[in-house]
Amino acid sequence: MEQTEAELIAAVLRGNAASFEPLVQRYSPRVFATARRYARRESEVEDISQEVWLKAFEKLKSFRGEAPFEHWLMRLTVRTCYDFLRGHQRNRESSFSDLTEPENDWLERFVAQPETASENAAAAKLLVERILEQLSSPARLVITLLEIEDRSVKEIAQLTGWSVPLVKVRAFRARAEMRKILAKIAMDKYL
Amino acid sequence: MNIAELQKKLLAAARANPPGDRVPYAFEKRVVALLAARTAADPLALWVRGLWRAAVSCVAIALLLGAWAFFNPAASSKTDDLSQNFENTLLASVDQSDQAQ
Repeated sequence: MEQTEAELIAAVLRGNAASFEPLVQRYSPRVFATARRYARRESEVEDISQEVWLKAFEKLKSFRGEAPFEHWLMRLTVRTCYDFLRGHQRNRESSFSDLTEPENDWLERFVAQPETASENAAAAKLLVERILEQLSSPARLVITLLEIEDRSVKEIAQLTGWSVPLVKVRAFRARAEMRKILAKIAMDKYL
Repeated sequence: MNIAELQKKLLAAARANPPGDRVPYAFEKRVVALLAARTAADPLALWVRGLWRAAVSCVAIALLLGAWAFFNPAASSKTDDLSQNFENTLLASVDQSDQAQ
């Protein structure tokens, strides 16, 4: 018979590390999907996910079972991703003159007729990834959670450990930062 | 170029293309193996913890003995005599030279 989540956690806390395996198996897809929002290289995604699980094992004693395990784990995942972003800020300053041809085409199409530039295009996806990489760590985190994952300010506050006013301030700054980057692209390209 | 519109469009693009949730083969086995390796390394940590406890116990005993020696009157009078004798012996040559002058 399959053990419940609470039973598995209790077994791990009693010292049975093997009971951790079904938990890793069950929740890894969510951890990987979250990590892929912040890291592009697959090796980095794996490193983040592994770090999340090692931390989860170490901190399992602090899980009180009041909220679902998944919520607790997602908090840990988001914070680990944020630490990753803070540690990998070196590549932020790059030029937009090296946009690929599909990215340039998509931008041209957007300038000519905004409604014809599809958001499902692979070029749009690459372009947005490139822009997100240019953002500061808090800006990238808040834009991802608020605008892309469509989470509420309260949820973001719980996930990040920031206060609600701080999330609002950072969201405001993040949008401005993103607009500034987009304006730079426009300037590089058309001036 | 309408920057606000471009921003909206790009964010919509990011929403329309969620990342995949594929997990590498046997990832959970790797995590558990890593945890097992850490647990195997634990005897060393136990030794270190034990040695620290022993060090703390030794300091506590030393402090207790020091306090006992300091506050015990019989011991302190003996110590006074000993120190006086030691001082006399050490300064004997100086005393002799003073007397000779």
